[in-house]
Amino acid sequence: MLTPYNTNLPADLRALKEEIEGYARGYGLDFYETIFEVIDADDLNEIAAYGGFPTRYPHWSFGMAYEQLRKGYDYGLSKIYEMVINNDPCYAYLMRCNHTVDQKLVMAHVYGHCDFFKNNAYFAHTSRKMMDEMANHGTRIRRYVEKIGEDEVEAFLDKCMSIDDLIDIHSTAIRRREEVSRYDFSPEVDESDGIRGTRFKSKGYMDDYINPRSVLKAEEDDRKKLKEQAARSFPEQKQKDVLLFLIEHAPLKTWQRDVLSIVRDEAYYFTPQGQTKIMNEGWASYWHSTIMTQKGLHPSEVIDYADHHSGTMATHGARLNPYKLGIELLRNIEHRWNTGKFGKEYDECDDLEKRRKWDKQFGLGRQKIFEVRRVHNDITFIDTFLTPEFCVEHQMFSYAFQEQAGQYVIESRTFDKIKQRLLYSLTNFGKPWIYVVDGNYRNRGELLLQHQHNGVDLRLDQAADTLANIQFIWGRPIHLQTMVDDKPTVLSFDGTDHSIRTGGESDEPKRNSPAKTR
Amino acid sequence: MGQRIERDHQRFRKLVRGKVKSNLSKYISRGEMIGKKGKDLVSIPLPQIEIPQFRYGSKNSGGVGQGEGDIGTPLGPGKQGDNSGAGDQPGGHILEVELTLEEMAAILGEELSLPRIEPRGKKNIVSSRDKYTGIRQSGPESLRHFKRTFKRALKRQIASQIYDPERPIVVPIREDKQYRSWKEVHLPQSVAVIIYMMDVSGSMTDEQKEIVRIEAFWIDTWIKAHYKGVETAYIIHDAAAQEVDEHTFYHTRESGGTKISSAYALCDKIISNRYPPDAWNIYAFHFSDGDNWGDDIPHCIELLTEKLLPKLNLFGYGQVESPYGSGEFYEYIHEMLGERNNVVCSRIPDRDAILGSIKEFLGTGR
Repeated sequence: MLTPYNTNLPADLRALKEEIEGYARGYGLDFYETIFEVIDADDLNEIAAYGGFPTRYPHWSFGMAYEQLRKGYDYGLSKIYEMVINNDPCYAYLMRCNHTVDQKLVMAHVYGHCDFFKNNAYFAHTSRKMMDEMANHGTRIRRYVEKIGEDEVEAFLDKCMSIDDLIDIHSTAIRRREEVSRYDFSPEVDESDGIRGTRFKSKGYMDDYINPRSVLKAEEDDRKKLKEQAARSFPEQKQKDVLLFLIEHAPLKTWQRDVLSIVRDEAYYFTPQGQTKIMNEGWASYWHSTIMTQKGLHPSEVIDYADHHSGTMATHGARLNPYKLGIELLRNIEHRWNTGKFGKEYDECDDLEKRRKWDKQFGLGRQKIFEVRRVHNDITFIDTFLTPEFCVEHQMFSYAFQEQAGQYVIESRTFDKIKQRLLYSLTNFGKPWIYVVDGNYRNRGELLLQHQHNGVDLRLDQAADTLANIQFIWGRPIHLQTMVDDKPTVLSFDGTDHSIRTGGESDEPKRNSPAKTR
Repeated sequence: MGQRIERDHQRFRKLVRGKVKSNLSKYISRGEMIGKKGKDLVSIPLPQIEIPQFRYGSKNSGGVGQGEGDIGTPLGPGKQGDNSGAGDQPGGHILEVELTLEEMAAILGEELSLPRIEPRGKKNIVSSRDKYTGIRQSGPESLRHFKRTFKRALKRQIASQIYDPERPIVVPIREDKQYRSWKEVHLPQSVAVIIYMMDVSGSMTDEQKEIVRIEAFWIDTWIKAHYKGVETAYIIHDAAAQEVDEHTFYHTRESGGTKISSAYALCDKIISNRYPPDAWNIYAFHFSDGDNWGDDIPHCIELLTEKLLPKLNLFGYGQVESPYGSGEFYEYIHEMLGERNNVVCSRIPDRDAILGSIKEFLGTGR
């Protein structure tokens, strides 16, 4: 890889790396070769602003991220400890001015992440040559900038980034439809042609009575209608990957189609990191803690290590810290499978004292957490392993927005509510579900999107502007079905004017929302 | 820093400053520039542009947190507009940075590339100031460095095996204690006075006074960073001028006509009585909507050129735009720019123009 940074690790760090890598492999962690680069804070801020890829395409939003990181660092408010890239080989960055004990901690943490990248099922489909692909993306977009002009390419990128979350995160695991080729021109087979109307056998003079013409005509009309409808339902089923739909069907210029594809590819690449944030950070923290406290630490470093470890695990205000939640839940699982606190017998035991002292000496904990890191993502992880005891022990609560007060208040400390809120916030990354329903709406080439409403309304101002961005890409008027204050509502944008229609005009059936929160 | 991020960063700065046309301009959050917190702390929001996306509104939204509190307890303001739940994605709230006024002035200087002020007048007063720079083993308890002391005590207890993880009590003994130590820094000192004048005639609205208040805050911050013991004086005027305190300055509204010369005459009187120019660095700033009683203008110019300007480090005239004022006074001051090097003037039509105007005021390095 070509980066402007010096990749030669100094001798002392090289020795540390070999030591920590040895411990990590000794515990059974399995990872790609990991390359550490030692860089200054400013460079680290730059790389972090580019999401870890120094060769990414140019866009002002990375400049914004950079300014925030740099000011945070300059004013002593925040500091990036570690940065690691899912790639083969893995790349990780060490800050030059860190102490030895910090470098060790970061290395141990990084090996945890690398093991997770390689072994977790949700990362299985990601490209392991993303460093190169990102560089390619960067080159292509730079070329468009030169050819077409910075302002135009940037304005288009802004629009693409406005909808880069409208992808189908599960499509990497589920095949929703056959591959469609845009170059398939073979004529469609019309099945209905062969079938004639329902005719009963009859003698010639009785025909008008046994097979009345009006009935035959009605049948014929029905069939025509059905056929038309079939031709009109495009896409065949509603489609969550809005980006793919636009790439395949919107009247884009070649460069625009390419830019949109780049944004979509990168969105899919980053998806598993979002899907496994709690687990991934928990797993890495579990391993830096295990490696450091059992093997890596020199006695003189214990206090500094403890200081920094607790800093990472600290919860700020009421905010959940994914590092903390992840490591605690993993330790909880390890403990439960070591002592046998699972299964029918344990679940049915209602003697509190007995439950507390439960220990069957199974010793399956380590094995279990390795299995968990292989097959789970955050949602299934929380769904399977969050227990009422855990919530009480960690003082978890759910909060809700109170309209009268205009602020968030603590809503409940019951297990069901906490779990429901937590899962809700993780589902689809806490973002609304948007589908393409009809690409030829009203038979006028208009685009109909649908928001699958499940309890929380959209922010209308942003929704309107996002619609305008899609409209630009689609070219024809665009509509979004949603619910506002429990009423079906359609937001529309025709290229110049926004409009909102409320009430019974929507043909969306009122949904029974599973996550309805009241 | 790499060239790539430098380019992207410049592009972002241009967008924020509105130098590039963009559909995103309404999503730029500049935030209010002053949010005083505590005694000497201010918070400045970092500019942000939020790309619009389909997002949930706050109604019916919620999440999960961790910590103390009964049901119904409101969460801190940091939670507001942030429904990202367990993730660590930044929410929609504005990022804020808390700073001391000194740091603030440094950032202001850097952002606007302001030259440092070169004080004139006497520099024979030498003041000394303590700067806390080091650590030592002895000192008053009030200067004890808690974290370092705690760490040493903890290390000692672990090493001597008297630390019990079940009862983690750490008691520092004398040898553990660490204290902050200081150095005396000697600085030649010059003193300065800032005299603010404002037109409070009927044509000045509250919004315009707010603009003046923000301007004055930044001018204060910058000048105070360069002088020890800055004094301020406030003059309001309509057809007549009077000296007032700060609160009155910002909260008075008169209905009379406007005679700017009255303020300049009073300003000159204050300087002669209290701030002899050979001992003081004197700054005068005048804010008005540019409406003046016609016959008064020659008198103003005469007062300014004959009496005031020779005594001042800098005279700044800021014209806030008003729906009523004619704004003609600006032209008269503007004409003097070439001849006098200690005059600056600036138009401030709205809040967005404040930063540029501060640069015009303070960019002279005087």
